[in-house]
Amino acid sequence: MKLLKKLLVSSVFVIGSMSYMTSIAAEMTGAGSSFIYPVLSKWAEAYQAKTGNKLNYQSIGSGGGMKAIKAKTVDFGATDAPMSSADLDAGAMVQFPAIIGGVVPVVNIDGVKAGELKLNGELLAKIFSGAILSWNDKRIAAINPGVNLPATTITVVTRADSSGTTAIFTDYLGKVSPFFKDTVGQGTTVAWPASSTLSGKGNEGVAANVGRVKNSIGYVEFAFAKKNSLTYVQLQNAAGKFVMPEEKTFASAAAGVEWAKFPGMATFITNAPGASSWPITGATFIVVYKNPSDKTRADEVLKFFEYGFKDGKDMALSPDYVPMPQDTVNFINSSVWSQITRK
Amino acid sequence: MFLISVSIFIKIYMSNEKKQSQAKQVPKGQNLLEFIFLRISQASALLVLIVLLGIFISLLINAWPVFKEFGLGFFFSSDWNINKNKFGGLISIYGTLTTSIIALLIATPLSFGIALFLTESCPIFLRRPLGIAVELLAAVPSIIYGMFGLFIFSPIFAEYVQPFLNLTLGHIPLIGILFSGNGNGIGILCASLILAMMILPFITAIMRDVFSIVPPVLKESAYGIGCTTWEVSRHIILPYTKNGLIGGIMLGLGRALGETMAVTFVIGNAQKIQPSLFAPGSSIASTLANQFGEAMPGLHFSALFALGLALFIITLIVLSLAKLMIIRMEKNQGATT
Repeated sequence: MKLLKKLLVSSVFVIGSMSYMTSIAAEMTGAGSSFIYPVLSKWAEAYQAKTGNKLNYQSIGSGGGMKAIKAKTVDFGATDAPMSSADLDAGAMVQFPAIIGGVVPVVNIDGVKAGELKLNGELLAKIFSGAILSWNDKRIAAINPGVNLPATTITVVTRADSSGTTAIFTDYLGKVSPFFKDTVGQGTTVAWPASSTLSGKGNEGVAANVGRVKNSIGYVEFAFAKKNSLTYVQLQNAAGKFVMPEEKTFASAAAGVEWAKFPGMATFITNAPGASSWPITGATFIVVYKNPSDKTRADEVLKFFEYGFKDGKDMALSPDYVPMPQDTVNFINSSVWSQITRK
Repeated sequence: MFLISVSIFIKIYMSNEKKQSQAKQVPKGQNLLEFIFLRISQASALLVLIVLLGIFISLLINAWPVFKEFGLGFFFSSDWNINKNKFGGLISIYGTLTTSIIALLIATPLSFGIALFLTESCPIFLRRPLGIAVELLAAVPSIIYGMFGLFIFSPIFAEYVQPFLNLTLGHIPLIGILFSGNGNGIGILCASLILAMMILPFITAIMRDVFSIVPPVLKESAYGIGCTTWEVSRHIILPYTKNGLIGGIMLGLGRALGETMAVTFVIGNAQKIQPSLFAPGSSIASTLANQFGEAMPGLHFSALFALGLALFIITLIVLSLAKLMIIRMEKNQGATT
């Protein structure tokens, strides 16, 4: 009996202290795109140091994020494949782009260094649809004089989960190759036809697989390529120039986008015009409810993204993301955030 | 199987009722305690049955839409296209069965040898430490094996073992196609080897326990008339421990069938069936782990439940086969069940 009493008292104490600790700081929850995760975690760290409010973000892929926000298990969802305005209206939600980044093909070939290999959209489409099978194919060698390409099979690495990064990548490949559009299609999950396809979970999984498997090619958000020291490639853009992936080329691609024109701001920005534009650029969209059930939490979420837009600009630039330009932020404030009941 | 268990339960209940009427001659206090104990144990057994039935029914209900759409052909179709809403379970089922069977084929002879060594030929001072080491390995969480497989085993496999297999077994006419193609350390064979490493200590621990309860008098009599260690193992120990052996192997197979994270890391998650064992594939557990979090209610969701139902049925079939095998072996030896 004495032991039972002791156990009871101590368990009440532990549970009580746990609930006290969780009630001090409001914790916002979000889920979705792994594309935005590197910059979001930087913002969250700085925001917590400043205000004490924590962000709990699960990088489970855009599809998982959309499922979570539709089930109302998180305060906001993040997706690189924007929801259509019809779906937004049906679910009483709004979305706004929070950051712009680039999707970069990465390779693992012995002797090829970062930025050395050149590819274009047509070749990428052929490699990822299994039409080009080995690295020393004549078509790749033709635009890469002087690069030592081995006579090995190309292992294609794709995403195993429902991914906005896949949506951006397949949107670009569909634009430059009608063959790819017909056979593989576009979306967060597609049936990749190449026989040597591997899949990884999240941008992290693809980066890990490309890093470990020789003679492989995959596609990741640029921050993951830099963080894992992967070998990225140069791509030929719509203007015919070969560009390197970096913040300058991503910004050039995003410069001409007229966000106000698209209902729900829903648009892909791949294959953008401009001599120094990176062809596979994309934005991550944050999805929230118009009339959230927990108004204080919703207000916290918007305050967090306000912080990201204002003070988070430098934090975004170092992993080569492009912060949203000021006039777009003003537009988001006036026409998207005004629809959300914050108090 | 549910009907059999319900009928067994009813028989037990009826025999208990008879005991209850006889128990009226026992003093009152003891009668109450007896009553409570019996009822609680009956309720626990009933709870297990209810949970089993509940799982089966909920799987069936959630998988129904995909059966309405594709019928039983779902289990034999290898289409898995989420965008076009076409689903077929063959790829995942093939991956699960192949990896589990290869793992079992590799692990069973090895664990048999280890268990025999531990009980028969091992020096006495080594028996305890080795036995404890085997049991510790059996208790290691499977995700540790997955990490070991991904970071340590997979590169070694790609660098040394796969080219070796390709050069030697890859050229044998009929089975060569199983070892063809480039090895990159990720694929069905790699997943099978990780699974074999995982179930080996498990089966070894069970076999060792079972071998150690063979009555010493049987073994001593056999040694006494001049049998060698191999003859004693083959003709005395094996027949005596048949039930336990089959049970251990089936438990290992059950663990291999359901293994999720270790397999997901190294199997490559490709939605294709290819003849080479070096190629990436998918198992039921890895498909569920990858796609369940983001499947919207609809045909995709039901297809995943149907895969779960397939795994449930495969496990049931495996266990029933094991039971039938034991019954047939006992009948051959003249025992009446």
